[in-house]
Formats: sequence, C-alpha cells, structure tokens
Amino acid sequence: MPLLHAEHCSMHFKGLKAVQDFTLDLEEGELVGLIGPNGAGKTTVFNMLTGVYVPTEGKIFFQGQEITESKAWQINQGGIARTFQNIRLFGDMTVLDNIRVALSFRIKYKMLDAVLRWAKYEKEETRVIEESMELLRLFHLDGKQHFLAKNLPYGEQRRLEIARALATKPKLLLLDEPAAGMNHKESEELMQLIRWIREHFNLTILLIEHHMPVVMGICERIKVLDFGQTIAEGTPLEIQSNKRVIEAYLGEEVED
Amino acid sequence: MSKSKSRSRSKRLGFWLVILALGVGMEALGQFEIIDGYVMQVIELIGINIILVASLNLINGFLGEFAIGHAGFMALGAYISAIGTVKFHLPFVVALLVGGLLTAGVAYLIGIPAFKTFGDYLAVITLGFNMIIVNLLNNIEYVGGPRGMVGLPKSTNFLWVFATTILTLVILRNLVYSNYGRVWIAIRENVIAAEMMGINVNRAKLKAFAIAGFFAGLAGALWGHMLQYINPSSFTYLKSTDMLVMLYLGGLGSLTGSVLGATLMTGLLEVLRDFGVWRMVISPLILLIIMLTRPLGLLGNREPRFVVPKEPNAAEEVSHNAPAAR
Repeated sequence: MPLLHAEHCSMHFKGLKAVQDFTLDLEEGELVGLIGPNGAGKTTVFNMLTGVYVPTEGKIFFQGQEITESKAWQINQGGIARTFQNIRLFGDMTVLDNIRVALSFRIKYKMLDAVLRWAKYEKEETRVIEESMELLRLFHLDGKQHFLAKNLPYGEQRRLEIARALATKPKLLLLDEPAAGMNHKESEELMQLIRWIREHFNLTILLIEHHMPVVMGICERIKVLDFGQTIAEGTPLEIQSNKRVIEAYLGEEVED
Repeated sequence: MSKSKSRSRSKRLGFWLVILALGVGMEALGQFEIIDGYVMQVIELIGINIILVASLNLINGFLGEFAIGHAGFMALGAYISAIGTVKFHLPFVVALLVGGLLTAGVAYLIGIPAFKTFGDYLAVITLGFNMIIVNLLNNIEYVGGPRGMVGLPKSTNFLWVFATTILTLVILRNLVYSNYGRVWIAIRENVIAAEMMGINVNRAKLKAFAIAGFFAGLAGALWGHMLQYINPSSFTYLKSTDMLVMLYLGGLGSLTGSVLGATLMTGLLEVLRDFGVWRMVISPLILLIIMLTRPLGLLGNREPRFVVPKEPNAAEEVSHNAPAAR
C-alpha cells in the first residue's frame, strides 16, 4: 500500500482547469519531485493534498484512509506537513514560539492548567520547550530562539519553516520551492539538508522546485506538469531527455 | 544571571505589593470619605472599562479579528445578572457568575456563524449582533422594554471591581502567555500556516470569543449593579465604539495597553467635564494626536517585562555544541 495515493484528481476554478486528472503514488521513504513551468498547477496539487482545496474530482488516500474532504488541520495531524512557496512564518512571534505553535495540538494541559500555572503546566511546557530547542539545535537556529521570526535572514527563515513543519511530526513532507531565491551555494546546502532530514526523520518527501540542479540531484522520481496536465513521469535522466518536457519549458520547435 | 533573576523576582514582588497597596489604600480612602462618592464611581468605571477593553483585546488584538459589537455582550451580562438579583433574588456573586457564563455561551453560539467570515465582514456581523441585542431588550416587556430595569441592588463596590479587574487581567495574561495565546497569535499572524500546523482554527477562535464574552458579561453585571439602573440604549454601538477607542489608544495586543487606554480615556472624559461641550472636541483631539504620533497605540504589541510571566528555564539555555553547519 502506498503512503499517499491520489487518483484522477482535478481542480477546477469556475472555467479554469488548474489541475486535470492528476494521479500520484508515493511509497514510503521516496523523494519525488514535481516540476513544471509557472502556472502549471504544482502548488494547486499541494493545496489539494493538504486540504486547502477539496478537489473537484478524484480521491486522495493517505495511509489507506481517504482524506479527500478532510480539513487542513486534520490532514496535518494525520501526518502531512508542508512549507510554502512564499514563506509563511508567524512573523511577530519568536523563533521558539513558531516551533511551539507547531507542537500545540500535542500539548495536554487544559485552560484551567494554563490559568493556574501549576505543576502540570510547568512540566508540559518544559517538555515542549526542550523538544523545540532540540529541533532548533538540529537546524542550527539555537541561540536565536528569542528573535522574532520576521527578523531572521532569508535562508534561516526557510530553515525555520522546514523545522516548524517537522515539529508536527509528519510522515510526508511537502516542500514548495524551498530553494526559491537562493544562490548556487545555498541551494547546494539545501539539497544536503533535504537528504539529511529524510534520513534523520524517516520521511517521505514531495518537492516542488524550479532549480533543476536541485531537482535532478536529489529526486528519485520526477513528475512534470504543464497546464494542469501530467506530461511526463520518470527518473531524472528520463525526464531530462523527454521531448515533451523540453517543449514545455523551451517552447515548441518552429516548423520550417 | 542569578542576580538578574533575583532582581526580576523582587521587581515582581514589588509590583504585586503596589497593586495590593493600591487596592487597600483606595478602599480606605473611600471608607473615610477622603475620596467622595463621585470620584469613587469614576474609579469603579475605570476598572469596568479595563475589563471590557482587555477582553476585547483578546479578539481584536491577539486573535487579530475585528469585532465591534462588544457592548452587546456587556448588555447580556448586565441584564442576565439583573434578572438574577431583581427577579430571583440571587446573591450578587451568583448573579455575576451566571451573567458571565451565559454571556460566554451566547458568544460561543454567535461565533459559530460569525467566524464563517473574517475581517470587515466579521465586523459587520458583530455590529449586527450588537443591534439585535439592543432591539430585543427594547421589546421584551419582562426586562422593562425601553424603560430598562430599575431597583438593582447596590452590590458593586470598589473592592468588587478591583478584585474582578485584577483577576481578569491575571487570567487573560496567563492564557495569552500559554499554548492558547500562542495559537491565537499564530492565527493572527498567518491563518493558513496555523491551520497547516494542525490547529483547529475555528475552535480556537470560538474559545477566544467565549472567553471575551465571559469577561464582557462580568463587566456588564458590575456596571449594572454600580448604577442600579440599566436600559437598552446604554449598550448601543456607541458604547462598543468607546471600547474600540480605548483599545486602539492603549495598543492592540498589549494587556498593559488596555489598562492604560481604559484609564486614560475614562479619566480624561471626567477631567474634561468642566469644559462642557468642548469636552467632546478636546478628547478626540488628544486621541488624534496620540494616534498620529504613536500609530500602534501607546503600547501596541508590547508588554513591560515584569508583567510577562516567566518561562520554564529550558528556554534560556543555549547550546554551543551544535552539529556542523547544515
């Protein structure tokens, strides 16, 4: 049984067919890339998988359970986390609190405990802080836990967003253009980071990316979208030489 | 480090001593009639306004929504508690709590349809709710219709207001600086990301709304039993607007700001009473000047250190042996 199974999913906004007949199987532990020109529908696919949109047609299963119409927070609690193309941190909160928010649905104390601040609250909150600091340490953000997230440099904001997604303890991580706005060296480091978190957190990863070296370098399998339709699927090598993919990116050859 | 810790502890202790002294001192001054009844009532009014503004801050400041019908909740608390004391002869404490709790329940129910929208639309819905409450009260003969209810026992005194105000502020502060508050602020900062972090956004909003309703209800109950007379026209959107003015003056997302805003505005309006009609020119002018020079209000999103509860120690520790850069 695949970890994630999406069959014949389509997303229509009125007349606009953003995604058509999208089918995807993710096996546990895979690292799969989703590429395509701007406006191809990649982020829409993410939004369908994470419950932001309910697909117009088709069904999505995660670990054998149907999640097509589940709410975003239910899907996250079930084990899918994501980052965003345009970073969506909680800007006016500290780095530590960004992580603590991601842990919030596991926090056991109730409202009365929070008001009275007795032992149960202290114990639970200490646990949460320790867990958060552990994660920040792994992402080399410790020492900055009291910074406001909006004051971090760009690269660290990207890292914090990934750390925050991981704090929800997902089985499947969706990364939406993690290398956007990074230079060659930074995206190189990012590739290593992605490889490393997959090992360390035992993750399955689906990745949207424009930087071809990143995609070709780390993905085992690539799916190519164009105008909402899947035009190719295969290993990086196969994709690189696929005629339809080249056409989609560079335009069709002009007949003489 | 330990030095600064013990310093902050003594600062906290000092803060509580000041609060205690303030309460006892004021009460004594009132008892010995050094402060006359009029001034005492203004002080009580300040306390009630602090409760109202701080609870509104929960929705507009921390949760980041825009609710402008808070007087509706105040009305509910005032009327429910008045029915309790006048018609059922309940003790004041019981009436007060029943007023708060029922208002919280109504706020929760109103929140269900209201939070299907957000932003400006939520504002219109809460305003509409405020109007509905006033119109209902105007037309229910059981509570006196437009004439209102008279003969409420004079149960509210300085100590009641003082204790309730302090308790409200402590409870709200403890909630804001806990997981609940973090979730509310996260919703304000980025609702989509919050939902993606496994947060049931709608439920979190409803909780905040119910809590705000509870305290607004308490404030209404205190207010009614202070004036001993309530009528529907005291709770129109103008009252809600007053609260908004105090809230924005003090600053969104700061409980200390709410205390300042409510105190300054209430006090100012009383001090300017001698100026007659000019009062309504001078106080808006002062407000304009403050908002133009401090657009975030006096304390927008900021809280003095000694008001913030201390975190468990783990947050302070910094590791210096992190793994190699990645």
